[in-house]
Amino acid sequence: MNQPIRLTVNGELVTAAVAPRQHLADFLRETLGLTGTHIGCEHGVCGACSVRLDGAVVRGCLVYAVQADGARVDTIEGVSDSGEIADLQAAFATRNALQCGYCTPGMLLAAQELLLVNAAPDRETIRDRLSGNYCRCTGYHAIVDAVEATARARAEAKR
Amino acid sequence: MSEGLSPLDRPNSYIGRAVPRPNLARLLQGRGLYVSDMTLPRMVHVAFVRSPYAHARIAGIDAGAARTAPGVVAVVTGAELAEVCTPWVGVLTHMKGLKSAPQHAIAVDRACWVGEAVAAVVATTRAEAEDAAALVEVSYEELPVVADMEAALAPDAPAIHPDLGDNLAFERKLDAGDVEAAFASADAVAQAEFVFGRHTGVTLEARAMLADWNPGEQRLTVYQGTQAPHMMQNIIAKHLGLEETQVRVVCKDVGGSFGVKVHVYADEMATAALARMLRRPVKYVADRVESFLTDIHARDHRCKGRIAVNRQGDILAFEIDDLTAIGPYSMYPRTSAIEANQVVNLVGGPYKTPNYRARARVAFTNRNVMCQYRAVGHPIACSVTEGLVDLAAREIGMDPVEIRRRNLLPDDSYPAQSASGMKFEALSHHAALDKLVAMMNYPALRAEQTDLRAKGIYRGVGLASFIEVTNPSAAFYGVGGARISSQDGASVRLDAQGAVVCHASVTEQGQGTEAILAQVVASAVGATLDKVRIILGDTDHTPYGGGTWASRAAGIGGEAAWRAGVALRENILKVAGVMLQADPSALDITEGQVIDATGQARVGLDEIARVVYFRPDTLPADFQAELIATRHYAPKAYPFAFTNGVQASWLEVDIKTGFIRLLGHWVVEDCGRILNPQLVDEQIRGGVVQGLGAALFEKCEYDARAQMLNANMADYLVPMASETPDIQIGHIETPTADSMLGAKGAGEAGTAGAAAAVVNAVNDALSPFGVRLAEIPLTPELVLKALGVVL
Ligand code: FES
Ligand code: FES
Repeated sequence: MNQPIRLTVNGELVTAAVAPRQHLADFLRETLGLTGTHIGCEHGVCGACSVRLDGAVVRGCLVYAVQADGARVDTIEGVSDSGEIADLQAAFATRNALQCGYCTPGMLLAAQELLLVNAAPDRETIRDRLSGNYCRCTGYHAIVDAVEATARARAEAKR
Repeated sequence: MSEGLSPLDRPNSYIGRAVPRPNLARLLQGRGLYVSDMTLPRMVHVAFVRSPYAHARIAGIDAGAARTAPGVVAVVTGAELAEVCTPWVGVLTHMKGLKSAPQHAIAVDRACWVGEAVAAVVATTRAEAEDAAALVEVSYEELPVVADMEAALAPDAPAIHPDLGDNLAFERKLDAGDVEAAFASADAVAQAEFVFGRHTGVTLEARAMLADWNPGEQRLTVYQGTQAPHMMQNIIAKHLGLEETQVRVVCKDVGGSFGVKVHVYADEMATAALARMLRRPVKYVADRVESFLTDIHARDHRCKGRIAVNRQGDILAFEIDDLTAIGPYSMYPRTSAIEANQVVNLVGGPYKTPNYRARARVAFTNRNVMCQYRAVGHPIACSVTEGLVDLAAREIGMDPVEIRRRNLLPDDSYPAQSASGMKFEALSHHAALDKLVAMMNYPALRAEQTDLRAKGIYRGVGLASFIEVTNPSAAFYGVGGARISSQDGASVRLDAQGAVVCHASVTEQGQGTEAILAQVVASAVGATLDKVRIILGDTDHTPYGGGTWASRAAGIGGEAAWRAGVALRENILKVAGVMLQADPSALDITEGQVIDATGQARVGLDEIARVVYFRPDTLPADFQAELIATRHYAPKAYPFAFTNGVQASWLEVDIKTGFIRLLGHWVVEDCGRILNPQLVDEQIRGGVVQGLGAALFEKCEYDARAQMLNANMADYLVPMASETPDIQIGHIETPTADSMLGAKGAGEAGTAGAAAAVVNAVNDALSPFGVRLAEIPLTPELVLKALGVVL
């Protein structure tokens, strides 16, 4: 039996009836067409499905859509359109910190979460905090560079 | 254009510059289009029922309950599917003696590995298809299992395919120079058995296909994440009984490939066949368990090696005996003998010695299929060669840098040939090694190592010189009868606003193919980069070609685009000559403007396009403009454009826990002319980290019944950001004279040498204990065993 849910996705109110077993990532991708949330493992390891649920980054494959009832969900499409991570995205582009781009939405959300709590992380901290996100293409070095550069630029801009 | 000055060297050339890739913005916003994102009207989903046994006869299939389950459209068995899709045999005529058995898209009467599909369930959602798949009752009769490579070749081993007689798929022997005499005259001989775990690609986006048969057009459109659209077009047409014109393969964004997505997979062929049977779009996206059980695995070699040296440090001979296991079938159409064949080709490749003996054997087993993955054969050959060189150095008490300096092919000795007959146009081993030693500050690391040892901290340095096969000619597959093109094409045209559109046959999976082609085309035509658009991955629209694999996209696809761009520039200048009443040879194009010999801008590309397309009446009656040019390119002078390089690893081994901490990694690489230094560096870094995964983490674990034990991302370990070091990269540039651009490939160099450098560094770190490890992945358990800490 499908269950009704109401939630805010990228600032828009969404109502839907969902199967209790459908996870949030599938709901976003299949029902809402927000395919920027990717699926890499569906068992909570790779981080490709990362989304923000009430402000905290979660794995969309480990949260049921019904659990998001009443919540605020931000996906990569939302934070792109709001401009919240425009500088981080630009740094990823300049540094070629993505190749196939499949890990990238999750990686950007994880990096942004880090930068919001730690404005000046060193490389080791960046590597640690991104260690829940698989990237099979880049070897991570460029991603660490891009996050580091963004932190520096944000600090610079504050001064 | 001024004579003698190549457009490559013109001031506004984009060649050699780190310009950003044009496709990044959409990927950064989550607005790419991967096959797994796609939907079509009336689309249905397929899930496969897969064998839980490594070897079993299929005694019967009861699909009654599944057929009536909610949402189910069809349940199809192997026998039913075989009526629309013929089986294939993965052999090539130039791999002499290679044998394999017919493989069906869905097993017909026998399953030969855990995970082979035995039935397909099609339903309106993937979840419903999976629910119904669980209701399909298959009765199996277990058959004897050939679980590993040694057992496969035992005299009493049951033949997996009785018609083939035994489990030896392929064997190659090579004997060059006088190996006997070299070993007899040696001052020292070192030997080891090198063991390489079976690992797999783990592309973050799983394999996926969406196939759509339109009965009205009698055409099949296949959306697939593939490296080789034209190859797939040929194969799908051939086995579904269609003409190639009836099959269109479209490749949008691809979530990682690394060689995994260049092969023909049974479940993907089944998906295409189901679309035809059901006359509607059918989508298949592998889940992660299916990826581990059915994406090609790689490596899985045991290689005995010997090296002979004299007291002065001259390497006198190499000898290897390699054994590998490929699963129950040779993959189609590239075959699973290529890796072992490459090992034979590449061992000893960087060195002068002419004495080399090799044997390689390839065995069938009841594990998952195995085939070409990034750096095919290279990590095996490099680890064996470089491991032996270090062992030899240790025997005679010589520094690892010194023994390499003494034996690497001299930089002024080209053209040259290896003992195995590989032809080298021009390499730079010594320049690369010198640069590496300087970049890593080798003497300082040695001093630090000595200091720390006194404090009970064990750090080590490991080196690995390597050669890499790139830009393969038809010698790779074409001569063996496979319809895998070694040439590629590009078509470049001026649009009506003076922008440049390029259709090319090479493909993009994140390497930066689009950026490379855009740079090349912009430079060749004289356009600005923002006015160039690249279109790839569609057999209906692009020129015919091989695609992107074997480090060929930049060197071969880039060259075709360059030549097409140069031809378009000439065509544009003919129009300009007519319009300006000037001699075209006195004109040039730069930044989208036709300029005269003084550098004065005379007319823009937009104006040329306007006149040609909308006011041809203003041009002379006997003049017809052609604002499009197509060129193709295939390497001819050499079978492969070999590149070279050297890597170094610096790491620490905790002798109490066996943990290995990577502290630094350096690569100096020579891929000929560098078209985009950033993309080359990132290819190398990504490749290195895949090699580090093989060295330390990645292994498909199997038990005695050939069950894969760690077919999930939690138990199959790959390098994550925290385990990976920063990677420093340097370059030597030795362009190939076989093309105008002079670019060779760089996609696999990182993977080729990373594991060898790590293993050599671990052995160096543990040299005070006399430890000689030669097995990867080098787990803490192996380290502790070697140290005698655990049994
Ligand atoms: S898909 Fe959710 S963590 Fe991998
Ligand atoms: S860019 Fe491909 S997985 Fe990260």
